[in-house]
Amino acid sequence: MYKSNDSLGIPTLVSSKCKKAMETTDLARRIRLHAVKMTSRGGSSHIGAVLSMADIVAVLYGDILNVDPEAPRKTDRDRFILSKGHAGAGVYAALAETGFFPLEKLKTHYQDGSDLSGHVSHKGIPGVELSTGSLGHGLPVGAGMAYAGKLKCAPHRVFVLLSDGECDEGSNWEAILFAAHHKLDNLVAVIDYNKIQSLAPVAETLTLEPFADKWRCFGWDVRESDGHDHDQLRQAFAPTRTSPGKPMCVIAHTTKGKGVSFMENTVLWHYRTAHGDELAAALAELENAA
Amino acid sequence: MRDHFIDRLSQMAQSDPRIMLITGDLGFGVLDDYRQRFPKQFINAGVAEQNMTGLATGLALEGHIVYTYSIANFVFMRCLEQIRNDAAYHGCNVNIVSIGGGFSYGALGISHHATEDLAIMRALPGITVVSPGDYWEAAEATEAVAQICGVSYLRLDKSSGQPTRQSGESFQLGKVRQVRDGGDVTLAAAGGILENAQQSAEQLARQGIQARVLSVHTIKPLDHAAFLEASRETGGVVTIEEHTVDGGLGSAVAESLLERGAVPGFFHRIGLRDGFCSAVGDQSYLRSQSGLAADQITACVQSLCGRDPEQFLRSA
Repeated sequence: MYKSNDSLGIPTLVSSKCKKAMETTDLARRIRLHAVKMTSRGGSSHIGAVLSMADIVAVLYGDILNVDPEAPRKTDRDRFILSKGHAGAGVYAALAETGFFPLEKLKTHYQDGSDLSGHVSHKGIPGVELSTGSLGHGLPVGAGMAYAGKLKCAPHRVFVLLSDGECDEGSNWEAILFAAHHKLDNLVAVIDYNKIQSLAPVAETLTLEPFADKWRCFGWDVRESDGHDHDQLRQAFAPTRTSPGKPMCVIAHTTKGKGVSFMENTVLWHYRTAHGDELAAALAELENAA
Repeated sequence: MRDHFIDRLSQMAQSDPRIMLITGDLGFGVLDDYRQRFPKQFINAGVAEQNMTGLATGLALEGHIVYTYSIANFVFMRCLEQIRNDAAYHGCNVNIVSIGGGFSYGALGISHHATEDLAIMRALPGITVVSPGDYWEAAEATEAVAQICGVSYLRLDKSSGQPTRQSGESFQLGKVRQVRDGGDVTLAAAGGILENAQQSAEQLARQGIQARVLSVHTIKPLDHAAFLEASRETGGVVTIEEHTVDGGLGSAVAESLLERGAVPGFFHRIGLRDGFCSAVGDQSYLRSQSGLAADQITACVQSLCGRDPEQFLRSA
């Protein structure tokens, strides 16, 4: 299925039918590999946040989203917004892997003159709907897109991926109120709930619990999932049937730094960049996970 | 001005289904007719300006022409980052309508004084900043901002200058309107304070000072040519704004003239210099507390023209 030794040192997909046939588990592994290399090359932070969401992004791009790299602006596409923009390397990797732009471009991430900024950017990047970076922006914009979709009776959905720490932002709760009030059941908020935010665990910063109950009380259809179990994620992302008229919230329980043992469950790797022996060890773990 | 805004927006909504008005739970009575006529083109976002601006961006990205609407600072200051990162950076057709520029809601307190808005919005990349001087300009600007790509800020005052539209005159964003000619001094006003500039020009004329009066409805992009002409053709340039002198109309004109090597005979910014205005009173009263009453403008200009302002004040 793969040929080996592309210029990035990561086997390249040569599948006949792009993403639907793609094995999402392997896509997630490749997103992680790319992201570790990209952040190392550029000396950028946030690898823990990318590894945390890699399975979510892989399932979305590999099996859920109706998107077409040949027609990235087609009107009936599903919209995906990465509201936790600091994990942009993961989305860039997913877009490159699914054919939106050449894999070679990933080498430019965080480099002088590149358009692949540390926080996800739409400028010149096919497939990115919204540039983000300041937290709490994605869900309101996604709600606007979903509202527009409702006005047109359009079938597509709008997915917004948020971090847990991001849910401290009041703007999200404004959007949560709005989406429920206007019955935006074409809107899906996905929470990468890795339980660790910028300086400390969520529980020691501003606790979100009872998190699912909060969303339910606000009128959302809530589904909880192991954020690294692809079958559970697929089921969670299935269009709502039991709660028509309710926007959907998928709380994906994840592990920050997932896939690289020494990066897991630690604040340090929200910021630290892997170089030298650490880089080699991280890549070895991910390659051996194949 | 808000009535003229909503009348024109209603006309636009009638013929263009892309028009969308989002209010932050304000506009009691004013928006009723629009809401009833165009329910699919109206959203009350609630008291949630950050979400309102995010919604506006999402709708604009899907092809709508969006107007966000609220009082004074609420519509742009609470949600400034959403305006910058979301609407402006993505080049969205989002038009931010601030009802009550300057001291329009004077007696309500400093929370309702929009006196730094022009400077703040002018600093953001790619935003057109508009402050109409009279009702006609307000209506025309409402429609004009929909025609341009990107975000616009539309400051609508409670007060208005005297109508000066010439028959057949058309409105053009970025092009000042000369509403009175004169050679001794140029009075350049932005917004409803135009009415005081016009009154002052009449007072000055009685003192033998002929003032050119410009309605600078567009602060950004600025009409550089009009100010170069004013600098060359009149004795000096005075800017008048119901706004801090830091970063607003006066700053924009000073930057423009200096960068182009123009040296007016004199140059002065009339505006707020004393920080927050915690005095209580209506718009007219608070203007007088800040040197913006017509008599005060006249005295200032007399002094700049080398006349004795005390003489004017005694005769007034």
